[in-house]
Amino acid sequence: MSFKRKDLIGMKDLTPEEITYLLDTADKFREINERSVKKVPTLKGRTVVNLFFENSTRTRTSFEIAGKRLGADTINFSASASSTAKGETLIDTVRNIESMKTDVFVVRHAYSGSIRFIAENTEASVINAGDGLNEHPTQSLLDMLTIRQHKGDLSGLRVAIIGDITHSRVARSNIWAMKKLGVDLRLFGPGTMLPVNTDPFACHMCSSMEEAVEGADVIMMLRIQRERMGKLLLPSVREYAKFYGLNMKRYNMAAKDAIIMHPGPINRGVELSSEIADYTNSVILPQVENGVAVRMAALYLLGIKKGDNNEDPS
Amino acid sequence: MKTLLKNCRIVNHNETKEANILIEDEIIKSITTDEPEADKVIDIGGKTVMPGLIDMHVHFRDPGLEYKEDIESGSEAAVAGGVTTVCPMANTKPVNDNRVTTEFMVKKAMNKGLIDLLPVGAVTKGMKGEELVEMGDMLEAGACAFSDDGLPVLNSDVMRRAMEYAKGFGAMILSHSEDKHLAGGGVINEGEVSTITGLKGIPAETEEIMIARDILISKLTGGHMHICHVSTEGSLKLIKWAKEQGYKVTCEVTPHHFTLSDNELLNYDTNFKMNPPLRTQADVQAMKDGLADGTIDCIATDHAPHHIDEKFQEFDLAPFGITGLQTLIPLTLNLVRSGVITENEMAKLCSYTPAKLLKLDNKGAVAEGMLADLTVIDTELEYTFNKELNRSKGVNSPFMNKPLKGIAVKTIKNGNVVYEYNG
Ligand SMILES: [Zn+2]
Repeated sequence: MSFKRKDLIGMKDLTPEEITYLLDTADKFREINERSVKKVPTLKGRTVVNLFFENSTRTRTSFEIAGKRLGADTINFSASASSTAKGETLIDTVRNIESMKTDVFVVRHAYSGSIRFIAENTEASVINAGDGLNEHPTQSLLDMLTIRQHKGDLSGLRVAIIGDITHSRVARSNIWAMKKLGVDLRLFGPGTMLPVNTDPFACHMCSSMEEAVEGADVIMMLRIQRERMGKLLLPSVREYAKFYGLNMKRYNMAAKDAIIMHPGPINRGVELSSEIADYTNSVILPQVENGVAVRMAALYLLGIKKGDNNEDPS
Repeated sequence: MKTLLKNCRIVNHNETKEANILIEDEIIKSITTDEPEADKVIDIGGKTVMPGLIDMHVHFRDPGLEYKEDIESGSEAAVAGGVTTVCPMANTKPVNDNRVTTEFMVKKAMNKGLIDLLPVGAVTKGMKGEELVEMGDMLEAGACAFSDDGLPVLNSDVMRRAMEYAKGFGAMILSHSEDKHLAGGGVINEGEVSTITGLKGIPAETEEIMIARDILISKLTGGHMHICHVSTEGSLKLIKWAKEQGYKVTCEVTPHHFTLSDNELLNYDTNFKMNPPLRTQADVQAMKDGLADGTIDCIATDHAPHHIDEKFQEFDLAPFGITGLQTLIPLTLNLVRSGVITENEMAKLCSYTPAKLLKLDNKGAVAEGMLADLTVIDTELEYTFNKELNRSKGVNSPFMNKPLKGIAVKTIKNGNVVYEYNG
């Protein structure tokens, strides 16, 4: 098995085999990251451009470290501040940078579907680092890698995803991917944060926190974007914490040793009480660590082109 | 000058017959099985002849945005689509909210000489939704109705006063019914496909809420409210109810809303981005049912050309709208072929009723004494709609490079052949 795609646009497009292959590859890179010299020359001479049309220090840094550990030249390009503000079109911006011999673009953009649009109009490989409300595939991969690490095979696990489902590309990517790997998914959030039509998700929609966490092997809390609150999605943070937050009492309803996840950054006392965030079964920091391994896997599989010797990363 | 059209299969709203049509100057002189003397004889070869199609809803972008379309290119696209009369909306730049702009548009179309262009005046000055335009003056200058189309008239009191005022002149208001607040920043229909794509949704209720309001304003004022581009099953139920109550409410549907569903949006193709958005399969079926049972009064294209660069953008940024004049006939014929409507009903929906709504007494039927505006259709011709056939400046059609069946092979305006298909 190998990964034949030019781009990594979304989990929606991938087969279960491709997802597993990406995770297996990431597992190997996880080992490299345990070494004292965390660097391999696999992508030496390759140029990876982090093209961020929307700010995200965390994701960008994670990709940057991943690229550097593979020996690639990684360049950061914050587009919102420069070209597009001058009226250049998205595709012109991309083609301009591509003409400087870019091998891989890592792109974040505020609009759904825009990464796919870019991928269709460039020869370079494109990795989606988050597009609008649509997808954030590497976040989903790092979530699954973390779950595998702690719980083993994903098939048959019960995973609860709680919070702003509608506006979360993390949730979307995880829903598409986890369903394919046989996860029993439960979703819950305030009515303002659930899609009107959830049929395509084919998930169990819960009507209370208690129902969502009961028996769960994994509790994945989504981030509340406080800046959205002015837009009628929530009356108050206080009320959110009360009805949609995870505390120890609710955690105790989950399966034994259930792990607690969060894509970060955490709003302490909102999605999670502090005792939960810092609890032994919280895997929030391992998630961040796995982010690098997953992004190395993605860069490796897309950055290695035909004709190169596709040697095993270990 | 006498012209004889031989071997016509005449399809009117109420009859189909085989005959010859004698045109004298610009009027249909007689419809006969004889062969009267004429200066010119054209053999139609048994093809279908319908009354010139009337499209009550187009955007010609002239004045101000001629790079998208101008009255010349719009006229050419119209006749290539078998359309002889159009009503361009007022969202030009400047807005058509005054006599001078209306006169400019009418005159420019007359100079081109292919079609009759009846401008729709704005309801409010600058389409700002605040002050009424000089409706009387604009009607004198050639305006046919009033609409802020592209935008709703959000303020119910403004809509009420507009209806009351227009009623005094016997004019109707064409309503772009959309609750902008509920639409939010939506770009496609809210439903399964918006869930799958992560594209922001526009609920059906965005349209239905405003239609309900518009119906009630028609009730309040007794004015004629024509609802533009109906797209949801719920909208049709409301309109059906309004008609049963006897309110003066009519509506139109676009060919894309009775042909395509939001499933087309799974690929983020901006040529399927329009407002109102493509709805569900059930809504598409409801449009067909509404056409079949007469709830829908007419078909209008909402022809909305945009420049290719504007559609070649992030989905959220691309403008709403597609071209429609040259796909009106094939898409409507699909309904005939699948038994949704008859050919006679097609003539009614695309010509007879629009003429009645616009009070054009000399149009809408192939009959003695009527203006010789005629569309000759080859209903069986199969072809690919491509850039060579396209006469609009816009190529933003989801049907571009797709196979179609049925086309206008000759368009006759005021007794003159103004378009001929030679593919
Ligand atoms: Zn409109």
